[in-house]
Amino acid sequence: MSFLWAIFKGIFSVTFVQKAITQGIPMLFGATGEIITEKSGNLNLGIPGIMYMGAIGGLTGAFLYEHGNEAPNGLLGIFCSILFCLLFSLLGGLIYSVLTISLRANQNVTGLALTTFGVGFGNFLGGSFSKITGTAGQITVYNTGQAFRTKIPFLSDHLGIVGDIFFSYGFLTYLSIIIALLATWFLTRTRAGLNLRAVGENPSAADAASINVTRYKYKATCIGAMISGLGGLYFVMEYLGGTWQNNGFGDRGWLAVALVIFALWKPARAIWGSILFGGLYIMFAYVPLSQSMQEIFKMLPYLVTILVLVISSLKKKKENQPPVSLGLPYFREER
Amino acid sequence: MAAITKQKEPFVRIAKRDTIPLWKSILIRLAAILLSLLVCAVLIYLITNSNPLQVYRSLVDGAVGTGRRTWNTLRDTMILLAIALAITPAFKMRFWNIGAEGQILVGGIATAAVMRYCGDTLPTFVLFLLIILVSLLAGTIWGLIPAFFKAHWNTNETLFTLMMNYIAIQLTSFFSIIWEAKKGSGTIGTINQKTQAGWISTTFLPQVFGKFNYSLNVIIVLTLTVLMFIYLKYTKHGYEIAVVGQSENTARYAGIHVKKVILRTMALSGALCGFTGFLLVSGSSHTISTSTAGGRGFTAIIVSWLAKFNPFLMILISFFLVFMGNGATQIASEFQLNESASEVITGIILFFILGSEFFVNYRPIFGRNRKGEPS
Amino acid sequence: MAENAIELKGICKRFGKVAANDNVSLTVRKGEILSLLGENGSGKTTLMNMLSGIYFPDQGQIFVNGQEVMIRSPRDAYQLGIGMIHQHFKLIDIFTAAENIILGMDGKSPVINMKEVLADISALTERYGFRLDLNKKIYDMSVSEKQTVEIVKMLYRGANLLILDEPTAVLTPQETDHLFDVLRNMKKDGKAIIIITHKLHEVLAISDRVAILRKGRYIGTVDTARATELSLTEMMVGEKVSLDIGRPEPQNPKKCLEVKNLTCLNQYGVKALDQVSFTAMSGEILGIAGIAGSGQKELLEAIAGLQPGEGSILFTDPFSGDTEELLGKDPLKIKNLGVSLAFVPEDRLGMGLVGDMGMPGNMMVRSYRNGHSALLEQKHPRELSEEIKERLGVMTPSIHYPVRRLSGGNVQKVLVGREISSTPRLLMTAYAVRGLDINTSYAIYHLLNEQKAKGVAVIYVGEDLDVLLELSDRILVLCGGRVSGIVDARTTTKEEVGLLMTRRGEEE
Repeated sequence: MSFLWAIFKGIFSVTFVQKAITQGIPMLFGATGEIITEKSGNLNLGIPGIMYMGAIGGLTGAFLYEHGNEAPNGLLGIFCSILFCLLFSLLGGLIYSVLTISLRANQNVTGLALTTFGVGFGNFLGGSFSKITGTAGQITVYNTGQAFRTKIPFLSDHLGIVGDIFFSYGFLTYLSIIIALLATWFLTRTRAGLNLRAVGENPSAADAASINVTRYKYKATCIGAMISGLGGLYFVMEYLGGTWQNNGFGDRGWLAVALVIFALWKPARAIWGSILFGGLYIMFAYVPLSQSMQEIFKMLPYLVTILVLVISSLKKKKENQPPVSLGLPYFREER
Repeated sequence: MAAITKQKEPFVRIAKRDTIPLWKSILIRLAAILLSLLVCAVLIYLITNSNPLQVYRSLVDGAVGTGRRTWNTLRDTMILLAIALAITPAFKMRFWNIGAEGQILVGGIATAAVMRYCGDTLPTFVLFLLIILVSLLAGTIWGLIPAFFKAHWNTNETLFTLMMNYIAIQLTSFFSIIWEAKKGSGTIGTINQKTQAGWISTTFLPQVFGKFNYSLNVIIVLTLTVLMFIYLKYTKHGYEIAVVGQSENTARYAGIHVKKVILRTMALSGALCGFTGFLLVSGSSHTISTSTAGGRGFTAIIVSWLAKFNPFLMILISFFLVFMGNGATQIASEFQLNESASEVITGIILFFILGSEFFVNYRPIFGRNRKGEPS
Repeated sequence: MAENAIELKGICKRFGKVAANDNVSLTVRKGEILSLLGENGSGKTTLMNMLSGIYFPDQGQIFVNGQEVMIRSPRDAYQLGIGMIHQHFKLIDIFTAAENIILGMDGKSPVINMKEVLADISALTERYGFRLDLNKKIYDMSVSEKQTVEIVKMLYRGANLLILDEPTAVLTPQETDHLFDVLRNMKKDGKAIIIITHKLHEVLAISDRVAILRKGRYIGTVDTARATELSLTEMMVGEKVSLDIGRPEPQNPKKCLEVKNLTCLNQYGVKALDQVSFTAMSGEILGIAGIAGSGQKELLEAIAGLQPGEGSILFTDPFSGDTEELLGKDPLKIKNLGVSLAFVPEDRLGMGLVGDMGMPGNMMVRSYRNGHSALLEQKHPRELSEEIKERLGVMTPSIHYPVRRLSGGNVQKVLVGREISSTPRLLMTAYAVRGLDINTSYAIYHLLNEQKAKGVAVIYVGEDLDVLLELSDRILVLCGGRVSGIVDARTTTKEEVGLLMTRRGEEE
């Protein structure tokens, strides 16, 4: 009983909720991006790599702006880092799209190669900056990092617990939720969203309904990659405060892929799913267990994902299945 | 008049090639590799400002420059090759086993456990027998779980095996702490450092291979390569795998039990990954950590795929990738670059090779006129 | 205003050496229902695919409302108001009817206003009398509901010409009646409709005029009012052509296969076979005639152990006299019982062969289990491949060349060669000469006669009535999954078989 009580006390604390949300946000960005991508039938296993690319992109942008600038402006720093983050992750999305859509390479193989590349790319640039500039240790973009960490004024410190739980984060946190909600709205309410889902379900039927399948696949994959890249940006800016850690992002990219399954390909579901995953990810620290058992506890997010995967395949409810053409190439019959 | 002529003629049309001469397909792939090396050279030049040729010379130097480096390259090639061999039967059956990482790790854990607990008590032969058995078994179980759900409920195996990787990683962390060398270090350290019990010998036939060598690893994996080639090409099991992978309808027509083949093949694939875990722990690192597999389970997929499931071609491709990777590590240290340079270079080369397959299979036709053009 | 909705002039379309359409001209008037009638392979669907933008004609002109047009894609066809409903529906399973109907269309705003959409579609369905729940998901729908969605989808896109490819093949008689009511309403509204069909009584019931194609050629158009089932059949099948296929008398026929009350469901859960009963004799060729999709595939697959069903399939070895029940057993069990059965399926590369393998690998599909070793026995398949290559004249650079890359005729020789090499007691072939040239076809007929002479019971599912009449000893005619007749091939006429093919047994 005391064991459960300890967990209970741990997870019903403000800091736990805050930390769970902090951990969950990068996954939410990644998952939303991957959902958009998968809805077009592309299983982009390069997402973990793309998130690294987005992360280093954001850092690069801020670095280029702050480096040699006497009094850097936080807002401009934010602008530069977001711009470069989007550009770098777009590059990742384009590599994947050109190879799988235009050059018809296998999706799984291409995605895995992209993850190898992206992780290396991030670590390479991240590690090289200090060498290029001749500074010792890791580079930091302090001003931009702080700008990203700026909490909502007034609300964050005048509302007590409510302020701590809901308003004590930088703007990217709210952006991630807004993007997830927008993505849900886009997929369920707009014509383009309907067409996109059709492409992922049955590309030949979509083609027959005069939808340009190739264009939709390209757009979804590239936009999805950019959204995912923001998750990397969040990590280096808000979580790390504007610096780079080799492999610091860890396996959160794969957790984002897992979250897609958990969310049953619904971005709105990924919002609370990401907080849950974030909670499961750090839960071990709140459990009165030996250090070794804590490692077992860290399996939870993956176990939960497998459970969801198995249950949804057992139940066979059509709405909860992966897009039917996921991972399969589509080429119109040559005429 | 033509009422509808808004449609633009596509600039390039694509036609599938019926056949392609061997020399041409090799030429296309070589061109892709050259092109990728060119791109890398330009990138390296931009970053380091040094002569790309010099950089590539140090790459070769890093991979095979000294006896020790050559053996390391060979050792890593064999590991990558072994994993590629392990996943190939599943892939040939169109079962996307991207869970090699996890299957290797559980095999490695099993190996480490036997080494730790029985290393001092069992005679060498029995020890190795036990290690191999246990590592095979661990890999088998890890491979069978997703296969069972795939065979019975068609649960997506790509995502399932992917998740199994991370469970295995956590399991490895768990044992890293239980078995940690120094309290609080979280690492196991070298197992049986003094006795070297359960180590695959690195001094096999020193007259032939030199004082320090990984020749046993090479012999084991090359034997495995030949066996896998025979298994896929000349056995009844291999035949069933090929038929199931090609067409489930033909498999049913031939009276093949598809479920049984899926389970059996994934058991084999997992077992061999487990065996690679044994090779890694017993044969090279003598310890286990979460980075023991180090992403090679994923790289091996690319090896198997590019080799079109031919074990002998896999030797070439594994060697090439390891050569580039190890060489790039040397570049990194020599030119004060980050060691991740090797992944970037490998990634770029892979993109080019993957893209080149298109030109092997398809022929782009440039130009306009299609028959039936309005006059 | 032009009176003709569509006019085709001198349309030609070739696939390789085969002319699918040879100089076809056709007109469809506004506000009329035109039936397009012809046997399988007469080029009806190809012709219509050129109207719907799937194929582009090699020669000829297409006029819509009197203006010449180019139709290069389905999108072009939509814009010209042409909508085709294919036999295989192009619908998204997890979408509702309404979502499928508006798919790919630009609306007034990028956001979907479902209320407005539903009102628009409802207006359309009420006008023509469709029964359709717009909020129902496709996966919950019956075949006829899905068809309705396809038709409404086309109307919603503003189609003025609707082409329906064998719309009644999957419908019950009641559903067919309702479809016809709707089609008549559309006709009243000034729409032009082309309906591709084989069923003569439906042609007579629904259409104003009938256009007939035979072997890719346009035969003529007649007013339905002046046509009879017999006159249409004659136009459709043409004069009896003598082929000079030998037909030896059956030697010492014995009962080999006895099928009793066999009923099977297809993938949609509809009865593909309904109480089918017949016997096949050794030393005899039993032809099976019927419109495509009348249950031929399911019948052969049920006998081969690939299709579950109810009833009974008894196999009697004509030499030993042993009798075995085949239904409910898989192919391996049937083989292990010692039943020697050969099956040349319709989908040669998708079911009978492994495309990426060479001839020896494909020989092993039947024999790879031979021997107790874990290794494959390689020598015999290789010898067999050489022998088949030699004897049947398979044109291949090497026996190890992937069969996928061989021409259709050579693929079929590999398949048939393998199947008869097992000295079967029962040989089943589905569309054995489809897509083959004349010489190869004769080679296949000859092989079948050889088997017959050896005392094998041969079941030949075919589509060319001339061949069926000359090759078979008896002809079983399937219609809508039922046996509509078994006739003596020596005495029957093409017309008799043609009529049986279009008429369900019980309906007379």
